[in-house]
Amino acid sequence: MTDTLQDRAPGETPGEKEEGRSSGLLVYTVGLLGAVILTATSFWAANTPLLWGPGVALGLAVLAIAQMGVHLVFFLHITTGPDNTNNVLALAFGILIVSLVVIGSLWIMANLNENMMPPAELMRMQR
Amino acid sequence: MNLLGKLDWSAIPFDQPIIMVASALMILVIGAILGWITLKGHWPYLWSEWITSVDHKRIGVMYILLAMVMLLRGFTDAIMMRAQQAVAAGGAEGYLPPEHFDQIFSAHGTIMIFFMAMPFVIGLMNIILPLQLGVRDVAFPTLNSVSFWLTASGTLLINISLVVGEFAKTGWVAYPPLAELQFSPGVGVDYYLWSLQISGIGTLMTGINFVTTILKMRAPGMGYMRMPVFCWTALASNLLIVAAFPVLTATFAMLLLDRYLGFHFFTVEAGGNAMMYINLFWVWGHPEVYILILPAFGVFSEVVATFSGKPLFGYRSMVAATMAICVLSFLVWLHHFFTMGASADVNGFFGVMTMIIAVPTGVKIFNWLFTMYGGRVRFSVPILWSIGFMVTFVIGGMTGVLMAVPPADFQLHNSLFLVAHFHNVIIGGVVFGVFAAYNYWFPKVFGFRLHEGWGKASFWCWLVGFYLAFMPLYALGLMGMTRRLQHYDNPEWQPWLVAAAVGAAVILVGVACQVAQLAVSIRDRRLLRDLTGDPWNGRTLEWSTSSPPPAWNFAVLPQVGDIDAWWSRKQAMPARQEAPARPYQAIEMPKNSPTGFITAFFAVVTGFALIWHIWWMAGLGLVGAFLTILAFAFRREEEIEIPAAEIARFDRVHEMEPAQ
Amino acid sequence: MNDVAVALPALRPDLRYEIPASEAGPAPKRIVVAYGFWIFLLSDVVMFSTLFASYAVLARSTAGGPSGVQLFNQVNVAVETACLLASSYTCGLMSLSVESRNRAGTYLWALVTAALGAAFLALELQEFAGMIARGATPQRSAFLSAFFTLVGCHGLHVAAGLVWLAVMMVQVALRGFLPSVSRRLNCFSLFWHALDIVWVWLFTVVYLLGIRA
Repeated sequence: MTDTLQDRAPGETPGEKEEGRSSGLLVYTVGLLGAVILTATSFWAANTPLLWGPGVALGLAVLAIAQMGVHLVFFLHITTGPDNTNNVLALAFGILIVSLVVIGSLWIMANLNENMMPPAELMRMQR
Repeated sequence: MNLLGKLDWSAIPFDQPIIMVASALMILVIGAILGWITLKGHWPYLWSEWITSVDHKRIGVMYILLAMVMLLRGFTDAIMMRAQQAVAAGGAEGYLPPEHFDQIFSAHGTIMIFFMAMPFVIGLMNIILPLQLGVRDVAFPTLNSVSFWLTASGTLLINISLVVGEFAKTGWVAYPPLAELQFSPGVGVDYYLWSLQISGIGTLMTGINFVTTILKMRAPGMGYMRMPVFCWTALASNLLIVAAFPVLTATFAMLLLDRYLGFHFFTVEAGGNAMMYINLFWVWGHPEVYILILPAFGVFSEVVATFSGKPLFGYRSMVAATMAICVLSFLVWLHHFFTMGASADVNGFFGVMTMIIAVPTGVKIFNWLFTMYGGRVRFSVPILWSIGFMVTFVIGGMTGVLMAVPPADFQLHNSLFLVAHFHNVIIGGVVFGVFAAYNYWFPKVFGFRLHEGWGKASFWCWLVGFYLAFMPLYALGLMGMTRRLQHYDNPEWQPWLVAAAVGAAVILVGVACQVAQLAVSIRDRRLLRDLTGDPWNGRTLEWSTSSPPPAWNFAVLPQVGDIDAWWSRKQAMPARQEAPARPYQAIEMPKNSPTGFITAFFAVVTGFALIWHIWWMAGLGLVGAFLTILAFAFRREEEIEIPAAEIARFDRVHEMEPAQ
Repeated sequence: MNDVAVALPALRPDLRYEIPASEAGPAPKRIVVAYGFWIFLLSDVVMFSTLFASYAVLARSTAGGPSGVQLFNQVNVAVETACLLASSYTCGLMSLSVESRNRAGTYLWALVTAALGAAFLALELQEFAGMIARGATPQRSAFLSAFFTLVGCHGLHVAAGLVWLAVMMVQVALRGFLPSVSRRLNCFSLFWHALDIVWVWLFTVVYLLGIRA
C-alpha cells in the first residue's frame, strides 16, 4: 500500500472540504480580532506616556512581528506541518535576506555617516 | 509641446567617425540577416518554431545566441580599450577621446555582465534543467518566453544607444553623484538604467521560474539528494536571483526618480546620500557574481565526473558547499567599498566574511581533483576548459583573498590589480565554464558534435591569451596604475600594456577559432552526428534522450532511484534490448504564444520613449504591454495535445540507431 | 533503473510505504502556480525592504524642511489601517466563497474588498495632496523623497491589486470557477494579504515611529 504525500500550496485552506465554511470563517475571524487588538496596542504604545521612551521602538517592533505572525497563520494558513516545509523554508529565506539587507545597510550607513563628511558640505568645499 | 521629447537629429553622432562606422556596420549586418531571412521565406518558420516558442530548449538556444553575439560586441570594446592604452603613453592622446573611451568601458562592463554572461548562464540552465530533472518543461513556460524577450529588449536598447544618443560614461556601476542629472545630463545613464530595469524584470521572472521548477517539478523518485549537482548549483543561483535582483530594481528606481522627478535619494543637496547607492548596488552586485559562477561550478561537476568515468567525489559536501556559498554571498558585499570610509570594525567583519567564503569554493576544487584522481580522464575539449578553469580560477581567487584584507585593499582598490582579479575569476570561471558547457551539451541540443580540433585550438588561444592579457595588469596594479585611464604619463607602464594588447589579440584568434569550429561543425555535421543521444557516456538524465530531444523530452517520465540516474540505468541493462512495450499516452504540452515577443516590443517602445522623454509614446507602450498580458490571461486554450501515435513514431525512429 | 520503489510494494502489500512529496514526481499545477507566486512575493518583499532601508537611512535628512512629526496625522493612518485590515478579512471571506464555488458570495466579498482598498487609496492620495499643498513635496528633501517612494510604492501595489481583482471578477463572470481562475484567485489573495503585512511594517516604522521623532 503506497501513500504519496503531497505538499500544500501556499494560501491553501487546510483540512478536508467537508469541514465547510464555518471553521474557515472562524479562522479568519479569530485572525481579524487578533490583528485588531495588536494594531490598537501599537497605536496606544506609540502615544502613551506610560512606557519608557527607548523601549517603545522595541515594543512596536515586537507587536509588528506578532501582527505579521497573525496574518501568516490565520490568513495565509502557514503551519509547521511537513506538507508546509517548502513554504516555511521560502519564507525563512526571505526573512533572512530582508534582515541582512536592512540591518546590514543600517549598520554600514550609520558607520559611514559618522565617519564621512556630509555631501552638502563637501560640495561647498568644491566651490 | 515637442512631440518627440528630447529626440532630434543631433542625437546621431555624425561628428564621431568611429561610432558612425560601427553603427553602419551593425545596421548593415542586421539588415543583411533580416533581408536574407525574408528572401528565403523563413519568417513563418521562425515565428512559429522560435519566436513564439515556449519550449525551454528553444528559449535556451536563443539566450545563448544572444550572449554569443553580445560577446562579440563586448570583446570589440575590450580590443579598443587595449589598443588605446597600448599607445596613449607619456603625452600621446591615442585615438579615442575621453568622452568616447568612458562610454566604451561602461558599455564593456554592462554588456559583458548583463547581456553576455547572464544570458549564457540562464540559457544553459534553460536547456538542461528540465532534462536533468526528468520533466517536460519548466514550471512557467510562457513566463520563460517573456523573460527571454525582455532580456532581448534590454539588449536592443543598449545597442540602439550606439546609433541614437550616447551611452553612460559612469562605468558599469553608475555611481551617483556622477550618474545624477546634474553631472550626467545626457541620455546615456537613462539608456543604462532603462535597459537594465527591463532585462532585470526578465531575469527576476527566470529566477522565480527555475526555483519553482527545481523544488516542485522533478521526476518521480528524484528526491533532493538524487538531483544532479548542476541542478543544485542552479537552485542556489536562482535563489540568489530572487533575493538580489529586487534590490537592484529598487536602487535603479530610486536613481531614476532622482533623474526624472527631481527626488533626492542620492543627490549632493537636500540631504541625499550617494553612499547609500553604492551600498545598495553592491548588496545586489556581490550575489550577482555568485549567480554567474555557481552554474559554472555545476557545469564543471558534470564535465569532470563524466570525463573521468567516475561519480563526482563528495556529493553531499558539494551540495553543502553550494548552499553555504549561496547564503554567505549575502554577507560580504562591503568588500567592494572598503575605501569608502567605514570604520575598522565594519571593514574587518566584511573582510573576515570574504575570506570565509573562499572555503566552500576550496572544498569544491578539492572534490573535482579527487574526482579526477583514480579515474580514466579523457582529454576532451570540455575537460580542457575545466582544467584551465581550475588553475586560473584558483589564482584569481587567491588575489581576491589578498584584497579581502582591508589594509591591502586600500592600496589596490580601483587599480589594475582589481581589474585583473575580477577578469581572472570571471573569465577563468564563468567564461571557461560556459565554453565547457557549450562543447559538452552542443550535441544534445543540435544532434551533432562540435569539431574537436578547432575546439582545442580555441581553448589554447583563450588560455594563453588570457594570461598574456591579464597577468601584466596585476603587475601594473602593484606599480600604481589606476583603472579606466584614457591616457597616462608613466612610460614604464607601456610595455606591460602592449603585452596585454597582444594577449587580447591572441584571445581574438581564439574567438576566431570558435567561429571556425562552429562553421566547420555545421558543414561536417553528418560526420559528427550523435546517433545515440549519449556521445560522452554521460551519467545524468539528459543523455537518456535522443539528440535533439523531442519537444516533450520524455515519452514516459523516468523513475529515479539513485544519483546519476542515467548511469545507474545503463549499468542495470548493459545490452540495449528491444524497447519493452510501453503504453504510449497522449502528452499535453504548453501552447506556443506571442505574448513574450509582443510584450517585449512594447517594452522597447516604452524604454526608448522614457529615455527620450516622449511621454505619450511611453504611455502607449505601457498600455500595449498591459493589453498583451490581458489577452494572454483570457486565452481559451493553454495546451496542445500530442497524440500517442506521434510519440510512438518518434521513439521508433530514434531507437533504430545502434546503441554504443 | 532502481525498481525497489516500484517492486517492493507489490512484493509486500502488507507493509505501508510513504513516498515523500519530494519523490512524488512533478507537483499538481495548483501547487506549482501558488508556490511560484509565493517566491514572487518573497522577491517583492525584498524590494520593499530596500526601500525601507533607504527610508530608515534618510529619515532624518529633512534638509531644513518638514519632518514626520509635523506632517503625519495618526487618525488618518488608523483609518487607513482599519480599511486595509478589514479588506484582508473580506478577502479571506472571498476565498471561502471561491472554495465553495459560491458566485454571489465571491462577487459580494470581492466588491467589499475593492471598496475598502479604494477607500485606503483615497485617504492616502488625500494625505499626499495635503502634504504637497503645504510644500512638503518629494523634491523638498531626501526624507520626503524616501517617504513618498516607500508609501507610494505600496499604494501602487494596492492600485494594481484593485485592477487585478476587477479583471478576476470578469473572468469569474465569463468562465466560472475554472481551475486556472481558481489558481489566479488564490494568487490574488496571497498578494492582498502580503500587502497588508507590508502595511503593518509601514505604519509601524514610518508613522508610529515617525511621530515620536
